Amino acid sequence: MENKLIILLVIVLGAIAIAQLVRVYEISSKLRKHQEHEVSNRDNNLNGRLMFAFMIFLFGSFIYLMKAYGWTGRGSAASEEGIEMDWLLNLNFVIIIAIFFLTNFLLFFFTWKYVKKPGVPAFYYPHNNKLEMLWTVVPAIVLAVIIILGLQTWSHLTGPTNSEAERIELFSKQFDWTARYAGADNTLGLYDYKLTLDNNELALLTTNTIDSSLNNMLNGVTGIRSLQKLLNNRDTIFSDSTLNVLRTDLSRKERLYRFLTQMKQNHNAKLDASAWDDIIQKDTLYLCKGQEYEIALRAKDVIHSAYFPHFRAQMNAVPGMATRMKFTPNKTTAEMRVEKNDAKFNYILMCNKICGGAHYKMKMVVVVLDRPAYKKWMDGKKNATFKDQYFPVAAAAPADTTATMN
Amino acid sequence: MASHDAHAHGHHDEHHHHEEHFISKYIFSQDHKMIGKQFLMTAVFMGLVAMMLSILFRIQLAWPGESSDFLSFFLGEKWAPNGVLKEDMYLGLVTIHGTIMVFFLLTGGLSGTFSNILIPLQVGARDMASGFMNMLSYWFFALSSLLMLVSLFVESGPAMAGWTVYPPLSALPQAVSGSGLGMTLWLVSMAIFIASSLIGSLNYIVTIINLRTKGMNMTRMPLTIWAFFVTAILGVLSFPVLLSAALLLIMDRLMGTSFYLSDIIVGGEMLTNHGGSPILYQHLFWFLGHPEVYIVLLPALGLSSEIIATNARKPIFGYKAMIGSILAIGFLSFIVWGHHMFVTGMNPFLGSVFVFTTLLIAIPSAVKVFNYLTTLWKGSLVLTPAMLFAIGLVSTFITGGVTGIILADSALDIMMHDTYFVVAHFHIVMGMSAVFGMFGGVYHWFPKMFGRMMNMRLGYAHFWVTLVGAYGVFFPMHFVGLAGAPRRYYDYSAYSEFDSNSFELMVDLNQIITTFAIIAALGQVIFLFNFFYSIFRGPKAPQNPWSSTTLEWTTPVERIHGNWPGELPTVHRWPYDYSVPGAESDFIPQTTPLKEGEQAH
Repeated sequence: MENKLIILLVIVLGAIAIAQLVRVYEISSKLRKHQEHEVSNRDNNLNGRLMFAFMIFLFGSFIYLMKAYGWTGRGSAASEEGIEMDWLLNLNFVIIIAIFFLTNFLLFFFTWKYVKKPGVPAFYYPHNNKLEMLWTVVPAIVLAVIIILGLQTWSHLTGPTNSEAERIELFSKQFDWTARYAGADNTLGLYDYKLTLDNNELALLTTNTIDSSLNNMLNGVTGIRSLQKLLNNRDTIFSDSTLNVLRTDLSRKERLYRFLTQMKQNHNAKLDASAWDDIIQKDTLYLCKGQEYEIALRAKDVIHSAYFPHFRAQMNAVPGMATRMKFTPNKTTAEMRVEKNDAKFNYILMCNKICGGAHYKMKMVVVVLDRPAYKKWMDGKKNATFKDQYFPVAAAAPADTTATMN
Repeated sequence: MASHDAHAHGHHDEHHHHEEHFISKYIFSQDHKMIGKQFLMTAVFMGLVAMMLSILFRIQLAWPGESSDFLSFFLGEKWAPNGVLKEDMYLGLVTIHGTIMVFFLLTGGLSGTFSNILIPLQVGARDMASGFMNMLSYWFFALSSLLMLVSLFVESGPAMAGWTVYPPLSALPQAVSGSGLGMTLWLVSMAIFIASSLIGSLNYIVTIINLRTKGMNMTRMPLTIWAFFVTAILGVLSFPVLLSAALLLIMDRLMGTSFYLSDIIVGGEMLTNHGGSPILYQHLFWFLGHPEVYIVLLPALGLSSEIIATNARKPIFGYKAMIGSILAIGFLSFIVWGHHMFVTGMNPFLGSVFVFTTLLIAIPSAVKVFNYLTTLWKGSLVLTPAMLFAIGLVSTFITGGVTGIILADSALDIMMHDTYFVVAHFHIVMGMSAVFGMFGGVYHWFPKMFGRMMNMRLGYAHFWVTLVGAYGVFFPMHFVGLAGAPRRYYDYSAYSEFDSNSFELMVDLNQIITTFAIIAALGQVIFLFNFFYSIFRGPKAPQNPWSSTTLEWTTPVERIHGNWPGELPTVHRWPYDYSVPGAESDFIPQTTPLKEGEQAH
C-alpha cells in the first residue's frame, strides 16, 4: 500500500515538474518571439542528423543481431524438406535485406541531406513516367522469380508421398499429443469420434469398439438407462434447471446411440484388422532417419497445430477435418546433439495454434534414430498393438464376427 | 449541390447568433469536427488501455513466474495471485490487446478521426452528408468500446481465443474460461462496432462523391481523401462479412447450430454437432481480416503523403501513380486472404493462387515507397514532429513490408506461421506504421482541431522515444521468431528442457523487448501531456501554420459550424503546387486561380 502511495506521489510530482518546465519554455519563447509552428534551423539540422544517426543505429543493431543469432536461430534444418526450404529462405532473405538496406538508407540519407537550407528552394519535380515505370517493372520481375521458385518448392512440400512412406497419425487434444503408428500393414485403422472411451481414447473403429461404445452408452454409469431411471424415479424432485440439463443430456445420448447403432449395421468387420495392429505411443515420438513420413492429423476438441521447428514442418489439426503433412528426418538426435554441442538437445513437437490455458505446455519429445535402432524399437512394440493393449481377448477372427452378425 | 449549399448556409447562420448548448456542442454533436475529436479521444483512451495490457503480458514474458507488484496492482489476487499472471488471463490480455489495437485504435482512431475531420474540410463541404448518421456512428463506437472494456471485468475473464477468435476454442466455454460471458460480450461489442464502421464509411463515401466544392475534381483531391475514400469502400464491402462470421458464431454458441463445429469431445462431453467447419470461419474472418490491414494502413499512408509533400515543400512525386497504387492495393486486398491459412489444411493449389495475388501487392507498395523517396529527394525538408513521424512511417512500412514477402511465400510460411516472426512483421508494418501515421496526423492537424499549437520540443522528445522504443520492441522479435518461438505462449521455459541455445536466445531477447516496451510506453506520457496541455494552454495557432495548399487551411481558426463563413471556396488547381518555379511564394493554395498562361497540372 505504501509503495502504491509513493508511486502515485512520484507520478503527480513528475507531472507538475513537466508542467513547470513547459511554462518556463513558453515564457522564454515569448521573450525570444519564437513561433511554435516555425522550426528553427538548429532544430531542423539537429533532427536531420539524428535521423541519419538513427539509421546507423538501426543497421548496426541489425548486423549485430544477425551475427549473434543468425537467421536460422533454430539451427540447421533436420529434414530433407527443411533443407529445400532453408535454401529458398536464404535467397529471399538476401533479396529483402538488400531492399531493406537500400531503401532505408535512401530515406534517412535524403532526410539528412535535403534538410531545409535557407535560400535553397525545393526542386519542383511532380512526376517522371520513365522512373515510375522502372520501379513498377523491376519489383515485378524480382517478385516473379520469388513466386516461381516459391511455388515449385510449395508443390514439392505439399505433394503426395511415395508408397514407402510410413504412416503415422498425430492425435491432439487439450493439452497433449498421442501418436499412432500404422503397424505391420502400414495402414491406419479407421476412427469415429463417437467411439471415444477410456479404453479407446483414439476412437478406433472395430466391431469390438462399437459394441463396447453401444454398451457404455446404454448401460454405463451415466448411460441412457441410468438417466432414464433417474428421471422416472418418482421419489426425487429436481429443480427445473437440473431437469432441463438431464433431459438434454438424455436426448443427446439417445441420438448418439442411434448413430452408433447405424454404425454397427454398416460396419465392415474386415476393416478391423487395420486398426488392431496400430501402435499407440505417448510421451515420445520415435522416427527413423531417412524415412519419409506421411502424417495424418486429428483434433479432438479445438484446433491444434503440429509444429516441428527443427524439421521446418507445420500443419493444423482441425476437429471434424482430416489434414496431412509429410517430412523426411535426415539427422538423428545424436547427430544433432553433436552439431549443436548440446548433450541434452531433443527434437520437439509443439502445439502452435492457441488452444487454451496450457497451450504453451502442449508438446511431445521427438527422437530420431538410425534405421537399426529404429527397427529394434519397432520390434519391441510388436506385442503392444492396440489390440494387445486394450482388447487382448477379442481374438475371434473377423470373419466369424461377420457371420454371427449376419 | 446548390440546394445543399443553401441549406447548409442557412443552418450556419442560424447558429452564428446564439451559443450552442453544451450537450449539443460537446456530446451529441453533429458537427464533423467535434465527432472527429470524439473519435480521437475515445481511441486514444482505448489505445492506452491496450498498451497497458501489453506491458502486463510483456512482464510475464520477460520474467516468467516472477512475482511483480505491478501485476498484482492491476490484476489483483484473482488474475495474478501473488503477483504472478495466470495462464488464462495471459491469453485474455493478448486477445483484448489485439482487438482494441486493431479495431478500436487503428480503425476507429485513424479512419474515424481523420476521415471525419478532413473529408469535409479538404473537399470543401459544410459538413458530412448526414450529420445525424455521423453522430450515430460515434455513439455506436463509444458503446462498443465500453462493452469491450466491460468484458475485461467479468468473472470468467475476457475473450481468450486470440484476436481472431477462431472456433471451436471461442465457441466452447468448456475449452477456456474466456469463451463464456467474455466471448459473448466480445461478439456483441464487435457487432456494434461493425455497425458504427458501416454507417461511418457510407457517410464518407457519399460525402466524397457528392459534396465536393466547385472545381474539386476527383483528380484534384488530396491523397488523404483518396485514401479515406478507398478505405471506406473496403470497409463497406468487408465488414459485413465479419458480421456474418460473428453471427454464425453467436448461433453456434447459443442456439446449438453447427456452422463451425463438427465431431467434438470437450471437457469429457461428446457433442453431437456434425458437418460444420472451423475453416469456414477462418475464410469469413480473413475476408474481412486482410482488407482490414489496409483499412488501417491506407489512411496512415494518405496522411503521410500530405505531411511529406507539405513539409518537403515539394509536390508528391507521381500523384496519379499514388492514386493508382491506392486503388490497386484496395482491389488486391480482397483476393489475398488465404495467405493467413496456408497451414490450415486448405487445398495446396488454392494456396498457390493466394501466393500469387499476395506477392502482387508488393508492386503497388514498392511504387508508393519509391514515390515517397523521390518526393524527399532535393526537397527543402522542414522536420516538424509530424514530418518525422511521416518519415518514420515510410521506414517502418519498408522494414515491415519486406518480411511480408517471406510470409506470403507459402513454402516459407510453413515454418514461420504463428511464430514471433509474424508478430514482428505485422506490428511493424501495420502497428507502427499506422500509429506513426496517426501521431503525424495529430501533430499536423492539431491546430485545425483545437486552434492551438502543440509544443514542438515535447513533440521531438516523443518522436525519438517512440521511434527507438518501438523499433527496439519489434526488431529483435524477428530473431525470436526465427529461433522458432510460437506466438501466444505464456512461457518459453520449456525450451530449457530440449534446446538450451534457443532458450537463452529467447530469454535474452524477451528481456530486451520488454525493456524497450516499457520505455516506449513511458514515452507516450510525453504525448499525452503535450496533447492535453496544448488543448487548453497551447499558443494560439495561425490560420495556415505549415504554409499548406489544401482547403482546410483556408477556414478560420475558430472552427465554426459550416466550416467557411460566407461562400464555399472554389478550387482551381491540384493540391500539390509547392515550390512552383516562378511563383512568388513556395506554395500556391488550391483556391488561387491559374495565372495567365499557366498550365494546370
